[in-house]
Amino acid sequence: MSFPETRRNTPPTADAPAVELLRIDKRFGTVHANREVSLSVAPGTIHGIVGENGAGKSTLMSILYGFYRADRGEIRIAGRPAAIRNSEEAIAAGIGMVHQHFMLVDTFTVVENVILGAEGGRLLASGLHRARSELSELAREYALDVPPDALVGDLPVGLQQRVEILKALYRGAEILVLDEPTGTLAPQEADHLFRILRRLKAQGKTVILITHKLREIMAVTDRISVMRQGRMVAHRDTSATTVGELAELMVGRRVLSEVKKGAAKPGRDLLSVENLRVCDDRGLIRVHEVSFAVRAGEIVGIAGVAGNGQSELLEALAGLRPVARGRILVAGEPVGAGSRLRRHLGLAHVPEDRRRMGLVMPFEARESAILGHHDDPRYRRVALFDWATISRDTASKMDAFDVRPADPRRITAAFSGGNQQKLVLAREFERDPLVLLVGQPTRGVDIGAIEFIHHRLVAMRDAGKAVLLVSAELDEIMGLSDRILVMFGGAIAGEFPAGRATERELGLLMAGAGSAGRERGAP
Amino acid sequence: MSVVATGPAAGLPRWAVLGLLPALNLLAAFAISGLIVLLIGENPWEAVRLLVWGAFGFQEAIGYTLFYATNFIFTGLAVAVAFHCGLFNIGGEGQAYIGGLGMALVCLYLDFLPFALIAPAAVAGAALFGAAWAFVPAWLQAYRGSHIVITTIMFNFIAAAVMAYLLVNVMSRPGSMEPESRDFAPHARLPLMHEALGAIGIDIAASPLNLSFLLALLCCGAVWVFMWHTPAGYRLRTAGASQSAALYGGISPARQIIVAMLVSGALAGCMSLNELMGVQHRLVLEFTAGYGFAGIAVALMGRGHPVGIVIASLLFGALYQGGAELSFEIPSITRDMVVVIQGLVILFAGALEFMFVPAVRAALLRGRGG
Repeated sequence: MSFPETRRNTPPTADAPAVELLRIDKRFGTVHANREVSLSVAPGTIHGIVGENGAGKSTLMSILYGFYRADRGEIRIAGRPAAIRNSEEAIAAGIGMVHQHFMLVDTFTVVENVILGAEGGRLLASGLHRARSELSELAREYALDVPPDALVGDLPVGLQQRVEILKALYRGAEILVLDEPTGTLAPQEADHLFRILRRLKAQGKTVILITHKLREIMAVTDRISVMRQGRMVAHRDTSATTVGELAELMVGRRVLSEVKKGAAKPGRDLLSVENLRVCDDRGLIRVHEVSFAVRAGEIVGIAGVAGNGQSELLEALAGLRPVARGRILVAGEPVGAGSRLRRHLGLAHVPEDRRRMGLVMPFEARESAILGHHDDPRYRRVALFDWATISRDTASKMDAFDVRPADPRRITAAFSGGNQQKLVLAREFERDPLVLLVGQPTRGVDIGAIEFIHHRLVAMRDAGKAVLLVSAELDEIMGLSDRILVMFGGAIAGEFPAGRATERELGLLMAGAGSAGRERGAP
Repeated sequence: MSVVATGPAAGLPRWAVLGLLPALNLLAAFAISGLIVLLIGENPWEAVRLLVWGAFGFQEAIGYTLFYATNFIFTGLAVAVAFHCGLFNIGGEGQAYIGGLGMALVCLYLDFLPFALIAPAAVAGAALFGAAWAFVPAWLQAYRGSHIVITTIMFNFIAAAVMAYLLVNVMSRPGSMEPESRDFAPHARLPLMHEALGAIGIDIAASPLNLSFLLALLCCGAVWVFMWHTPAGYRLRTAGASQSAALYGGISPARQIIVAMLVSGALAGCMSLNELMGVQHRLVLEFTAGYGFAGIAVALMGRGHPVGIVIASLLFGALYQGGAELSFEIPSITRDMVVVIQGLVILFAGALEFMFVPAVRAALLRGRGG
């Protein structure tokens, strides 16, 4: 690849938009992902694209980056039509992409990752040498400090993201596309990212930011485009719009951003955790002697940046991961230390990862809807499944949870993320459990469904269930919880009653800077 | 419209995946076979005519075609069951071989029993021994992480060695150098179809087609019920589709591996009923003759569904029988040439299963867009 030349190929033309997408149209089978979408991004600005899941943002950016080809429409870069058929051509056109899930080799060093695909010759040494000096220059220019010889797998998520950005800049990107960049970052890390983005802008780079977090996009962008159901519905200057207006544009109606709920009336302890220690698959301790209780009729939220033991805690409670030490009591009864599911004790579990765990993607919806309850004699006639009953049962669950389309025989993978999640919730909630373990209930779910799911969670609380909520969304934790526990480094770093915690306080604890919590090094 | 949601053919309608793609693969295999026939100076159309006539043109031919198809149904089902649990069982050959041992032990040493008891005992023997041979690789995969593809291949070799040893040193007829057992007693044989039907007054031409064909069809129905209508089949499919979802649902993936391989091995073992108890009437060396491996192609082509497997088995049976007629009628098309044609079908239907997906997708989109 001759990328030093390609870099010269795209001189910024004065006044022409850095990126212009004209009437882009794209279908996947029967799904019309992009309908005549047009977008113009001025050079040297930060441009936000917001929209619900499935609104077509990612498809649009994938077309810009050459993953997909548009059925119709035109792409112009710096005023000139560009045929981008693959990511190499996108890189040549000066476009860099930072994916939501990083495309890095964990066992390579930072420098090795940066030159990957642009090694510059048959021998690595010269490319590595050049990359090293260029990296230090980029680091100075954009406040992108990363230890060049550290293994990427050893770096925290925020630094890995910087490596991704460096990778793009090293390839001469003038236009940087970031897809949901703050999904796994602590608030402070996100702030640092925004500082980097502003710095990039100041140096004349153009940034396109895809996100569903409206507050962030308000804080950092110059201009915002809103997508809904494959269409571009509005463009706004950031200074001339509000979070409320954007949310309304995204879903086409006014969104209740705050969850309406009465005061909690907590009863007895339904879930008690005593000195729980949990190890990960490699035997490293991920949860350090944690104790807490969840009472009937309250929602306890666990806040924390991903990877601080919440997932392991949730899995241990659900019986999916062995308990190394300590014990778990459901309604006062200790549960065995084995890895059997605890459904029969009245424990329901909405797993963090619905695609890998909560549902079976190639199954029909009705098959996914009985996962974990497939041995229930209600679903059987003699020894065989009674599919008519299962279909009816699934249809009524879909009805109750507004799963669309309400077709029990549709393949699970064909539902949108929000509808898949509602299917999981329907299955777990309709069992009338005592204790609800809920992980990331609204991850990748559109705003309309978020509101619905939040209402359901509060309704479960009001029905006297004990709800344990693990979420990476601070808004969600703060909006729903009656008590908030912050996890850092596998321990509980702090506890707040509802309404007593500020985002800043929580953020500091989540980032390990708390004084209230027991300090432990990040795992 | 029902659309396939996952896999390489994602986004295509079901009819295209289940009907059009296999047909295209088959056509491609036949087109290249035709070129080969042309290369050796014969008329491909004549070859096709002879092949179809040889497979379906007369009663005896149909009998032979169904006889071969019976083997393919058993081994195809075996591969499919394992496949639904996410396992590639390459060991059908060895499981069928050892299954034959189990069946032969019953027919040879329990022949003081009447047929009504020998027949079910022989089926049980074939299934049990086949399952037992599959159990060891299954256990190693489930609890020790040894890859099932590697272990089942190795177990094919072990099976071959064990059988050769037994037939030469232990089970051969006294005073004979032949590596084969003595003949089964007449009442320890499966009735041939023309005998059975003749007994109730229906006359058909003589062929090796025997009652195990009915057992094969029965197994198809049983696999269908098991897979899609019982909690056990549900557990198996869940473990095959997503291990993490299985764990979440309280299903042990390790146990499902064992179950799937036991069922798979039992089905493969039943192949011996057709070959040995139905026709050869004694235990012989290498009676499996590659049917276990061909079962992989049958299962892939039949999309793992019993109905598809029956159709694919008929196709392969027709290729075997029609191919034999073809090389008889046109001697320059040798038996090996017929094997090449079968190989091409396996290649296109199995290994290159999704080769035409982009073309089909483009054609469908154009059709809709235009």
